[in-house]
Amino acid sequence: MNITLKVWRQKNNNERGRFETYQVKDVSPDMSFLEMFDVLNEDLITEGKEPIAFDHDCREGICGMCSMYINGRPHGPLQGVTTCQLHMRSFKDGDTIVVEPWRAAAFPVIKDLAVDRTSFDRIMAAGGFVSVNTGNAQDANSILIPKTDADLAFEAAACIGCGACVAACKNSSAMLFVSAKVSQLALLPQGQVERHERVIKMVNQMDEEGFGSCTNTGACEAECPKNISVENIARLNREYLSAKIAK
Amino acid sequence: MTSSKLDARIPEGHMAEKWSKYRSTVHLVNPANKRHLEVIVVGSGLAGASAASSLAELGYKVKVFCFQDSARRAHSIAAQGGINAAKNYQNDGDSVYRLFYDTVKGGDYRSREANVHRLSEVSGNIIDQCVAQGVPFAREYGGLLSNRSFGGTQVQRTFYAAGQTGQQLLLGAYSALMRQVGMGTVTMYARHEMLDIVNIDGKCRGIIARNLITGELERHFGHAVLLCSGGYGNVFFLSTNAMGSNVTAAWKAHKKGAFFGNPCYTQIHPTCIPVSGDHQSKLTLMSESLRNDGRIWVPKKKEDAEAIRAGKLNPNDLKPEDRDYYLERRYPAFGNLVPRDVASRAAKERCDAGYGVNATGEAVFLDFAYNMKYRYGKVEATKQGIENPTEQQLFDFGKEVVKEKYGNLFDMYKQITGVDPYYNPMMIYPAVHYTMGGLWVDYNLMTTVPGLYALGEANFSDHGANRLGASALMQGLADGYFVIPYTIGDYLSHEIGTKAISTDHEAFVEAENGVKEKLNQLMNVKGTKSVDHFHKKLGKIMWEKCGMARNAAGLKEAITEIQELRKQFWADVRIPGGLNEFNPELEKAGRVADFLELGELMCMDALQRNESCGGHFREEYQTEEGEAMRDDENFAFVSAWERTGDNQWTMHKEELKFEYIKIAQRSYK
Ligand SMILES: Cc1cc2nc3c(=O)[nH]c(=O)nc-3n(C[C@H](O)[C@H](O)[C@H](O)COP(=O)(O)OP(=O)(O)OC[C@H]3O[C@@H](n4cnc5c(N)ncnc54)[C@H](O)[C@@H]3O)c2cc1C
Ligand code: SF4
Ligand code: FES
Repeated sequence: MNITLKVWRQKNNNERGRFETYQVKDVSPDMSFLEMFDVLNEDLITEGKEPIAFDHDCREGICGMCSMYINGRPHGPLQGVTTCQLHMRSFKDGDTIVVEPWRAAAFPVIKDLAVDRTSFDRIMAAGGFVSVNTGNAQDANSILIPKTDADLAFEAAACIGCGACVAACKNSSAMLFVSAKVSQLALLPQGQVERHERVIKMVNQMDEEGFGSCTNTGACEAECPKNISVENIARLNREYLSAKIAK
Repeated sequence: MTSSKLDARIPEGHMAEKWSKYRSTVHLVNPANKRHLEVIVVGSGLAGASAASSLAELGYKVKVFCFQDSARRAHSIAAQGGINAAKNYQNDGDSVYRLFYDTVKGGDYRSREANVHRLSEVSGNIIDQCVAQGVPFAREYGGLLSNRSFGGTQVQRTFYAAGQTGQQLLLGAYSALMRQVGMGTVTMYARHEMLDIVNIDGKCRGIIARNLITGELERHFGHAVLLCSGGYGNVFFLSTNAMGSNVTAAWKAHKKGAFFGNPCYTQIHPTCIPVSGDHQSKLTLMSESLRNDGRIWVPKKKEDAEAIRAGKLNPNDLKPEDRDYYLERRYPAFGNLVPRDVASRAAKERCDAGYGVNATGEAVFLDFAYNMKYRYGKVEATKQGIENPTEQQLFDFGKEVVKEKYGNLFDMYKQITGVDPYYNPMMIYPAVHYTMGGLWVDYNLMTTVPGLYALGEANFSDHGANRLGASALMQGLADGYFVIPYTIGDYLSHEIGTKAISTDHEAFVEAENGVKEKLNQLMNVKGTKSVDHFHKKLGKIMWEKCGMARNAAGLKEAITEIQELRKQFWADVRIPGGLNEFNPELEKAGRVADFLELGELMCMDALQRNESCGGHFREEYQTEEGEAMRDDENFAFVSAWERTGDNQWTMHKEELKFEYIKIAQRSYK
């Protein structure tokens, strides 16, 4: 197949960006989306031009590093699939594909399609943990956890921290990301002691980072590559409320 | 005889008491002094994150470096299948000794007994620690933890979280790390790449790192430096490792005096998605846990294999009696659960003989249909009181069970290949996956450079010539949570009088200048070919001549070819962009430059080892049945390579003594 790509190019965060158009020829349907970018970059290098910078690492849909906004959708057209797991068989010969970085005030562009997501780390540092020093733990099977709770906690814990939820949201809210961690730990007995403190600290940090507020549009859930449910946001709201009341 | 340059520092005493005795007698650092001691941790994977958080909890001042944009993205995140621990929760006869025994045997008797025993002793604590952090392991209906089987063992000791065990464990370690970051005891340097270590008066005292966003070089002091930088499987270009996985940190340390242990021991994983074309950038693992329920086969008759390859025969239509379940046939005791090296070679053997099932002839089937219907489907039907279930019912019930166990892997397979594995057998082929070799370390995990440690996949320590499934996660976390917090005291207790050294010290200046020069040299080649061009060529040489099967003639050729390729690289590589900016091509170039040196050493190591053991299969040394033939008399040693000049090395031997396990021919029949 032959594909036309319109890609956002931006030298760094201080300079303005623009779209550039590229033709990629002989694209195989078995190629991944990023492999198509590899081919394009190889061509650009051969022509003496600068390749397109983009983030990626595992290429297995698990590290959360890849982050392309493809034809107006974070991670492209498929539900529950990261950019790196998207394959060219999802497109047709002659297609034009528009590729942009995540756009959010809390995710400044570093170069081209790569953005800075350290705001997520700071939210985690504010409270996304159970305070248990190494060596303090009791025997693992002395904590019984109903399978249904464990499964729900696991589903929330599957978040890969990619930021697609923020990119999808018109308010650039990080609620889905934050709620996934709050839910995981709120559902487990290990998370109870710090339950109130955690949710308040994480939400405060989220606000400080400049993420917008949640108006329940559900765009985050629709675009999340790990199908993290908006029920987690409802749980976060309940947790937040009860933490505030307890205070 | 062990070389006088190597002292493994294994504590005296009975195997079962070494570690506990060591712990109660090792020198300690008092809390007030810890605050003045600084530790640099390179890497934020399971090994790095667990070490950094544990050391910070103890009171040390810690700096952590990783090249990804967040510590949570280290490659450990991709581990799928599970983590071993000798908990014996299943009451199936597991014990510390048995895990120790399985690991030494699985490693084909090429690992250090004392280290492996310690690993198995602390394995249970790891599970406790992770559960306390809130890691959502799979559970049974009664609320207890669930276990599955992995290759090379006959007990169920593998803990898991669907096919995302590495993710959940790493997020646990990452949360512990972030907690310390929040408390100000750890400073995090993401998007930083370590490009050299700094030695002062014979001790490692810091690193030079490049800020990957600005391109700036930075100097960082530490009383001790921990390399937790992962494995070097990407020397093969195609592997199951993440794109950025590299040898650079370990290699720079090697060039500054750290010996490299067993570089040729590479694990080729039997169940990966086959290569689909020249554009391929990486290979994807299908977890070993699938071999619990998937049966591996190729057609018995060549004409059937040909028909399948040509798309004229649907494998589902091939009768059971026309299928060759070759692992079950050759290894009845372990069947589909033989260790990885054995399973990989068996797949290669069938494909080389002409029974491969995809267009390239390099694939075998991993088939779930039988267990889906007759194992799980039947049980579910019985549970629901259906006496004579139809085939369709069996399939539907079984599918649900399989989905719960391996759903994410099945989805990934479908996404990559476009084929739905619930309805068609998967096609798989071996691929490079893990490197048992790495920096040589003593019992304390210290390299041959005092003050420089190596943890996790970056060291050579516990897996001998072949790692068992679910043991790398165990080792990374053992090293970080439970070993280094003690063993580092042995060194740092003597450093309490050492004040932080200024990074204006000439050793820092010199190291930084060296890095700058190398980077300039790379940028100034201004050749015509991309970095990937050279990386792919190197990968091909390594895969063909230092891969699943090796022989002396091929290895010698490979060495010459790599030397030639290295020359071409330095004469003709083209790196666009500039030094002082975000430049992923430059990052790749530096890594490939190091792979081009490592590759040669791997071939040299494979060439000197005139035996077959574990993942190292020398065609000249095999039994009549095609099994690996060890030579314990001459090769029961660790090869530790000292770099003596530009691409020149001397090999030292650490003799391996087996006192608590009887060394024997490894048999899974
Ligand atoms: C697909 C896959 C599945 C696996 N499944 C399993 C499994 O089920 N069970 C099991 O036991 N094992 C499994 N393994 C193996 C296991 O995941 C790894 O061996 C283990 O996670 C390695 O952990 P680590 O902490 O040593 O290194 P990594 O997790 O690779 O971390 C390396 C760290 O070092 C940093 N780094 C590297 N170089 C530099 C540098 N120069 N400067 C700065 N930072 C640097 C990186 O940024 C990263 O943070 C699997 C491996 C793969 C590839
Ligand atoms: S909630 Fe979903 S979209 Fe948001 S960071 Fe997590 S995985 Fe990505
Ligand atoms: S590259 Fe890791 S999730 Fe896409």
